[in-house]
Amino acid sequence: MTWDTEFAISIIPRLLEGLAVTIQATVIGYLVAVVLGLFVAILRRIDYIGPVVFVVFEFIRTTPVLVQLLFVFALAPASVEPLTIGVAVLGVHYAAYTAEVYRSGIEGVAKGQWEACRALSLPPWRVWGAVVLPQAIRKVVPALGNYLISLFKDTPYLFAITVGEMLFVANAIGTEAFRSMEAYTLAGLFFLAVSVPSAVIIRRLERRYAAV
Amino acid sequence: MQQSESTHSTETAGVQSAQEAPGGEIIRFDKVVKRYGSNVVLNELDFSVAPGERVTLIGPSGSGKTTILRLLMTLEDIDGGVIWVNGEPLSHMRRGDKLVKANEAHLRSVRKNIGMVFQQFNLFPNMSVRKNITEGPVHSLGVSKDEANQRAEELLDLVGLNEKIDAHPTQLSGGQQQRVAIARALAMRPQILLLDEVTSALDPELVAGVLDVLRNIAQTTDITMLCVTHEMSFARDVSHRVLMFDAGQVAEEGPPEQIFGDPQEERTKSFLKAVLEHG
Ligand SMILES: Nc1ncnc2c1ncn2[C@@H]1O[C@H](COP(=O)(O)OP(=O)(O)O)[C@@H](O)[C@H]1O
Ligand SMILES: [Mg+2]
Repeated sequence: MTWDTEFAISIIPRLLEGLAVTIQATVIGYLVAVVLGLFVAILRRIDYIGPVVFVVFEFIRTTPVLVQLLFVFALAPASVEPLTIGVAVLGVHYAAYTAEVYRSGIEGVAKGQWEACRALSLPPWRVWGAVVLPQAIRKVVPALGNYLISLFKDTPYLFAITVGEMLFVANAIGTEAFRSMEAYTLAGLFFLAVSVPSAVIIRRLERRYAAV
Repeated sequence: MQQSESTHSTETAGVQSAQEAPGGEIIRFDKVVKRYGSNVVLNELDFSVAPGERVTLIGPSGSGKTTILRLLMTLEDIDGGVIWVNGEPLSHMRRGDKLVKANEAHLRSVRKNIGMVFQQFNLFPNMSVRKNITEGPVHSLGVSKDEANQRAEELLDLVGLNEKIDAHPTQLSGGQQQRVAIARALAMRPQILLLDEVTSALDPELVAGVLDVLRNIAQTTDITMLCVTHEMSFARDVSHRVLMFDAGQVAEEGPPEQIFGDPQEERTKSFLKAVLEHG
């Protein structure tokens, strides 16, 4: 099979549409992951609720995201958009990872900080909101950033639940035109074009936060 | 007051009958027990402190001095006995005629009477000096921002750091950080100030500045002070009474002139000798 540049150029708009869906899924899924993960990390420290939350999210963390996608897709009513399911499952799955990241950040806050809060009788919302989380999150920004790239690279799994992301589009083009090399190659390049600059930005953030 | 003499206990640890509250004392340790695992650190410790009194706690490392301050600050759970502050049980609450273990709300309210300065300062590194000092008054006492700012400015004057109000703790020397920590504790207007070896993490040349601030506070306020220190001349200057601890017990107590000048107990003598040799 030979490379057909003209054909390759002609499919770029469709692939970019797929890329837009991929990015949408990444961004929304990631927002779910960073917000939910924070709640999970805090809930895990509460009596009674904590152990339950721990078991549920350990289960989510240690089972493959593809299985979770197919499972929820199969159970969800047909009226729910596949993209919605995909974003929710990716978000919850990655929340299990970000919760671990937050947990390590929270545990890294010196014991003396908690004691100073107690000595000042600070209410819990200030202890968490003004003292513990600002210090904890600062330390884990780079680790959280790495999960943004991982999540982005996991979006092709959405293919399995018929979300029109970039891999889905590439595959559709291949089936229609009986040639798939151009579409898959371009899809790969587009992934690269997004993740390499993102990785560079995250490395920079990492250095910045490590410096202070 | 009608007191029942019932002796039945519940499974709650440290439950006692609520006897009459002590008067004329701001702090009373009543048969206080503290254990870490099998290590009994305080074994039925009794002592009391009068309002406005400045007490220095001395004694060998591991004798329980820090534990006493941490119990008072309710940073540690008590394993037996009762600590009274202002005639109210500190780590317990009254329920009918019983004392039961205090809940978080009770602890938060009793803590407001007590301030603590830590060996490692424990300033909030993510906040400016100003915020460090106003955080407690604004968010735990409900003082207005303006008033809290004014307190912060006055206290920074007192500790000689008014030009550092917008600095961050990392930009300050250890001695300056500790002076901010003192200002932060005082901003809560506590009746009782706990000081746990507040100069022992400092470079030697920074110690005097911090001790001067504390001397000044001792002279100009009537705050009750409990102070653990190895700075014997400071202890002599500011304290009304010195308690020598050994193995979680008061081995000897008296005015500083007596404890430092004419100690009676062998343990006190050898402890003071050791401190003098190393200081
Ligand atoms: N968090 C802790 N866990 C276990 N043991 C502790 C803890 N804190 C203090 N101890 C023990 O309690 C005893 C008294 O310690 P401490 O009150 O710090 O003494 P001091 O301040 O007089 O040096 C020591 O034997 C110490 O090892
Ligand atoms: Mg100590």
